[in-house]
Amino acid sequence: MKIKVNGQDYEITVEPGRTLLDILRYELRLTGTKEGCGTGSCGSCTVLLDGEAVNSCLVFAIEVEGKEITTIEGLSQQGKLHPLQQAFIDEGAVQCGFCTPGVILTAKAFLDSNPHPTELEIRQAIAGNLCRCTGYDKIVRAIMSATNS
Amino acid sequence: MAKYSVVGKRVPRIDALNKVTGTAVYSGDVILPDMLYGKVLRNPHTHAIIQRLDVTKAQALEGVKAVITASDVPGYQSRSPLLLAEMPHLAQEKVTYAGQPVAVVAATSIEIAEKAVDLIEVEYEELPPILDVLESMKPETPPIYPDLYTNFIASPPSDEDSTPSNIAYHMVINRGDLEAGFKEADLILENTFRTQPVHHGYLEPFAAVASVDMGGKVIVWTQSQGVFTARQMIAAFLDLPASRVNLVPVEIGGAFGGKSFLALAPLCALLALKTGRPVRMEMSRDEVIKAARPAPGSVTTIKMGVTKEGYITAASISLIYDAGGFPEMSHTMFARGNTLSHYKIPNLKIEAFDVLTNKVPVTYYRAPGTPQNHFAVESQMDLIARVLDMDPLQLRIQNIAVEGDTAPSGEILPKVGYKETLERMAEYLKEKGSLQGDDQGRGVACGFWHGATVTFGAYVHINIDGSVTLVVGVTDVSGSRTSIAQIVAEEFGIPMESVSVVVGDTDTAPWASPSVGSQTIYSLSQAVYRACQDAKEQLRHLAAARFEVEASGFEFANGRLIFQGDAEKSIAIGSLARYSISFRGAGPVVGRGSIGGLPPAPSVAVHAADVEIDKETGKVKVLSYAVAQDVGLAVNPLSVEGQIQGAVTQGIGWALMEGYQFDQGKVQNDTLLDYRMPTATDVPMIDALLVEVGSDSGIYGIRHVGEPPIVGALAAIANAIQSATGVRIKELPMTPEAILNGLKEQNKS
Repeated sequence: MKIKVNGQDYEITVEPGRTLLDILRYELRLTGTKEGCGTGSCGSCTVLLDGEAVNSCLVFAIEVEGKEITTIEGLSQQGKLHPLQQAFIDEGAVQCGFCTPGVILTAKAFLDSNPHPTELEIRQAIAGNLCRCTGYDKIVRAIMSATNS
Repeated sequence: MAKYSVVGKRVPRIDALNKVTGTAVYSGDVILPDMLYGKVLRNPHTHAIIQRLDVTKAQALEGVKAVITASDVPGYQSRSPLLLAEMPHLAQEKVTYAGQPVAVVAATSIEIAEKAVDLIEVEYEELPPILDVLESMKPETPPIYPDLYTNFIASPPSDEDSTPSNIAYHMVINRGDLEAGFKEADLILENTFRTQPVHHGYLEPFAAVASVDMGGKVIVWTQSQGVFTARQMIAAFLDLPASRVNLVPVEIGGAFGGKSFLALAPLCALLALKTGRPVRMEMSRDEVIKAARPAPGSVTTIKMGVTKEGYITAASISLIYDAGGFPEMSHTMFARGNTLSHYKIPNLKIEAFDVLTNKVPVTYYRAPGTPQNHFAVESQMDLIARVLDMDPLQLRIQNIAVEGDTAPSGEILPKVGYKETLERMAEYLKEKGSLQGDDQGRGVACGFWHGATVTFGAYVHINIDGSVTLVVGVTDVSGSRTSIAQIVAEEFGIPMESVSVVVGDTDTAPWASPSVGSQTIYSLSQAVYRACQDAKEQLRHLAAARFEVEASGFEFANGRLIFQGDAEKSIAIGSLARYSISFRGAGPVVGRGSIGGLPPAPSVAVHAADVEIDKETGKVKVLSYAVAQDVGLAVNPLSVEGQIQGAVTQGIGWALMEGYQFDQGKVQNDTLLDYRMPTATDVPMIDALLVEVGSDSGIYGIRHVGEPPIVGALAAIANAIQSATGVRIKELPMTPEAILNGLKEQNKS
């Protein structure tokens, strides 16, 4: 099957039971996408599928034929970090970093549809992404600050 | 702190760039050629004897390269597995908890490994499980292990008529005259508090990759909080000298104490040895919840006597920790230094037990055993303040221990900003004003952490371009790389960008104790500081020889040495480094720093929670939360605030929603949907009020930071709930159901 990841076309052979997460991590070696639970409960494996944030552990690989996928590796452009990536660094929103790719991609999809959110809207938008290090405080601030940049 | 130029500044973490771009490498990201996949067969019973274990069918499956059971573990030949704590214990004659590993398979694909696990035949004879700690402690209860003796584990104490027991550890402290102390009291309260086992909730499940090189060295990539202790543990499991094992550090996706336990690495290493091929193992989330160690549940009974003016005259406390099915490391040990240590109590008794049951074994979680005991102590303080009609902060201020007081452990208390911290919180709350809404309430509580003390080494290399490379062996779980880079930058007067921190593997880095007990920055900073001083002294001598002046006259600024402010007698450290490595040079400048166990620099965090209760549903909403903490000196306030905010959120989860649900000892809620942790909508912004009363023992005044902000959270929330509703809850978690039940009881009476 053919898939497009971070603007690049791939032709791969996929076993029926494989998830999009498996393909990204083990076939394409894009290991920035993390598996925290495998049941869609933690958001660590979030990627963008045609611009929408999805848990890649819940998507079968065969479902994404012909679609465009963005992973954390594809978010920066020409060596320049996305404003969300920069804000996460500057605001101290990164600790262990395991949830970070998923939260950033969820926030990206959210800000694309709602560029000027309130704090509550941000909290609701990332409620599907668990973080155990930060207490969310600096993540929420980073997303707010990215809306201003 | 204006006196430093880099230390004390809010700086972004040096590991953040790799993490926001997905290039940081975690255990599960390591891929080696020709790799095999390992899978564990886990026992389904809480307590059973293994009648038959037959792996022949699994071994015969095409693609299976090895199957191991307890009889294959070299380390079990020479010592009791009871001594190999914080490692998976492959079942021998019996299984003592559901989820215990029985066998492990390595195969050419994960699918084949899973199929092979299903082909292993095990027959069990079930035994009645022991599930309640109080029951388990009784002398008439049969011991779960025939060779486990209190405090001596696998060997009986020689000086008494000892019998095997389910009490793995027991500790008692007596001080003063308890009876007389209670007689002096005008008010005596006694209560029992219970906490549930909770999970650390690190987002990264366990993973390990192991390979064996042609010389027979075992190389392991895994997310351990301490690569050197992990090396020793794996070597013991394999019965190899430690030098035959090399641990390679990787990023660690959250740990909080839970990743000193090596859930997979020893098994993975043994499979690699058996097969001669690299092996990768990963745990699914349900395996993590069921079989990686949670924090223990507890039963705590506290009796406290006070005068009518609110001075504590006596206290006794009994702490019972549920150790689960294996005597992992003792929580009783931590009760010694962290129970009732922050108050002046002339007469006291502290007694603690780690007691086995047929449940998942436990391990350390952020301030081991201490949130549990503070839930009792700080709830009790609140109850006393209510009876005496005193301000709860004032009650604490007037009983707080001060420098020079003797702690229950016998230790003399060093300088600690207890009073300053309590006063900072009082001032903050005064400014904030009282709560106005219906069904709203405020609760305060203290969180004390004594702190661990450990040993570290560090090397500093001066590079020819004037940059400095720092080599350590420490696992970064809290931003430690960034903080120690700040220290190097400060000491040489160079920008942060000119410092690179290398976390070496166990073959190349100097020794590092595990990153536990809030001591990493506190202790490691001293080793780094000493390595910097060593290198600076060498540079001073090189410069002195060059300018023919006294070495002691040189100061460091902007990456240069300057002799008594004389611009003519100034040279860049990079130039000295370049000369030093030329064939006429004195040799490379390598600074070496080493630190033994420092005296602890205890810390206290004062918590204040504002909550609102929905009396229809019983749901608690945390409106706002603040922590004032004596952090000594915040090397990187951004990291320190992050530690506090993260710890508080874990504490809110522990207080309100988290907890293992067992059915006959078997974990029922083994997904992150059913094991509910706080999301971004469950917590408010968290105010971190940093109080900086420097410690006498830490460089720059640094002290322990990461643990106090979880310790007080459980009681702070419970106290706030009582303020809002009048309902006192003494058993966690304080779910909507528990609160509705409390409200119902209240209406009855």
